[in-house]
Amino acid sequence: MAAVPGDVPVAVRTRGLTKYYGAQAVVNELDLDIARGTCVGLLGPNGAGKTTTIRMLTGNLPITAGRAEVLGLDVSTRGSTVRARLGIVPQTDNLDPDFTVEENLRIYASYFGHTLQFDDARMAQLLDFVALDGKRAHKVDALSGGMRRRLSIARALVNDPDLILLDEPTTGLDPQIRHMIWARVRDLLRQGRTILLTTHYIEEAERLCDEVIIMDQGRIVTAGAPRKLVAEYINADVLEVGLPLVDMQELAREIDDVRFEHIGTTTYCYSRQADRIAERLKARGIFSWLLRPANLEDVFFVTTGRDLRD
Amino acid sequence: MATGLIASLPRPTLRALTIWRRNLLVWRKLMISSLLINLGEPLLYLLGLGYGMGRFIGDMAGMPYLTFLASGMIATSAMNSATYEGLYSVFARMTHQRTYEAILATPMEVDDIVLGEICWAATKGTLSSAAIMLVGVALGALNASHLLWSLPVTWYVGACFAGLALTCTAFAPSYDFFNYFITLLLTPMMLLCGVFFPVDALPSAIQPVIGWLPLTHAVALIRPLATGEWPAAPLQHVLALGVVGVAGYWSAVVLTRRRLLR
Repeated sequence: MAAVPGDVPVAVRTRGLTKYYGAQAVVNELDLDIARGTCVGLLGPNGAGKTTTIRMLTGNLPITAGRAEVLGLDVSTRGSTVRARLGIVPQTDNLDPDFTVEENLRIYASYFGHTLQFDDARMAQLLDFVALDGKRAHKVDALSGGMRRRLSIARALVNDPDLILLDEPTTGLDPQIRHMIWARVRDLLRQGRTILLTTHYIEEAERLCDEVIIMDQGRIVTAGAPRKLVAEYINADVLEVGLPLVDMQELAREIDDVRFEHIGTTTYCYSRQADRIAERLKARGIFSWLLRPANLEDVFFVTTGRDLRD
Repeated sequence: MATGLIASLPRPTLRALTIWRRNLLVWRKLMISSLLINLGEPLLYLLGLGYGMGRFIGDMAGMPYLTFLASGMIATSAMNSATYEGLYSVFARMTHQRTYEAILATPMEVDDIVLGEICWAATKGTLSSAAIMLVGVALGALNASHLLWSLPVTWYVGACFAGLALTCTAFAPSYDFFNYFITLLLTPMMLLCGVFFPVDALPSAIQPVIGWLPLTHAVALIRPLATGEWPAAPLQHVLALGVVGVAGYWSAVVLTRRRLLR
């Protein structure tokens, strides 16, 4: 990946970061550089080591080898001080079910050394930010999944963090809430915060991230700005044909620079002249195809393969 | 480096009080029902066993049986209450409630959680002991003159058992695991450590073993205080409980780190 130049302040820097469970390297020699004020996405199939990486950055998971600096501090020795400046939104909600919305924020702030009174204006501001002002006195159990996730985000902001770690922030949420959360992430970036997010939604990474890092089996496969990666790896349009019996070689005659991939009953056709192939399909009366620009998901499959990982 | 972090000495800080306060705030919401149970159960024991059976037993160790039982149950209650908190409630917060996962995303450390939980479990022990004291005084079974001195002792006893309970919880795969702890440790102590009858009524061969158990020391400290006297040789009992308490705290910290920081 492109190393952050020496004069740009970094939020995260790891060198040779490695985690073994038994004989298996879950994170293997990871070198990360995340510039302050940017949004970086960690992508990768299940088991790629994304969550393990994030947990090491919080100082809550002993590092097997290498080092990790977050906000200029070594996480192995200064974990608690690092976490005082982090906002963490976990993959699975861990709100305190014994408390109301407001109490959740107050109690959580107390873990950062705030008094239980907390600043009332700040409380109102946080609840307003995630559109939960009307739910102050509601028990967490009574909230929908989307509200819980928004409360988790508000909770991660009680300490006014410099770096925010979002572990799959919109998994399982409806489109309205996803878009709302994306808007909030952009707000947080505008406030100058740094964001590191993991996601399985490549569209999410494409929309939000200045840079994405694709991981597989504990290593960085590739990294860079989403558009740059698409240009570098695919540099073509994609034609998805939903019929197994079409003779694609025949359809693609006289078109060089074309590549096919067969997945189940779908054929993926990568070419800068994919539109010509589409025209030929049309001429044959075949309309079960989709012509689209290449996106980050194509890069994802090219770099990590299509094997199932569970 | 990794093993160093897990096995290094416990680092107690005042942040533990924040964990204690969190639990107090939860408890406050359920205070009424919790207090009713705390009061109701000893009332049943003291009425059924102490008052009812006590009429057939008469005196035991130079005091009415109701007095003997009530003073012993103050200690048992601190033990049980602190242990149950350290097993079941802590397990819930450690696993499906994910409370510790959330707490560990803040400057809190595992060491703070363990110490805070031990202090809270001890507090629950004192609360339930205090309920027995109230009932015992109301029934005329206990002498209130030194009774308040036994409150800090019950907290100390509770903390001692909470360390053991958290140690057990740290490697419990499920709630069922706690049956071992209760059946193999808690119940034998309750039955044999001088709560229902004096230890010297047991076969002389096992008396020394019973003398090592922490509940025996707890009873030796609390019974005199609850009956208007001062304990004989208190230091030895305080030390014995202290050794168990420190060992429990230490192992709880190391094992809980091993469980949570992985």
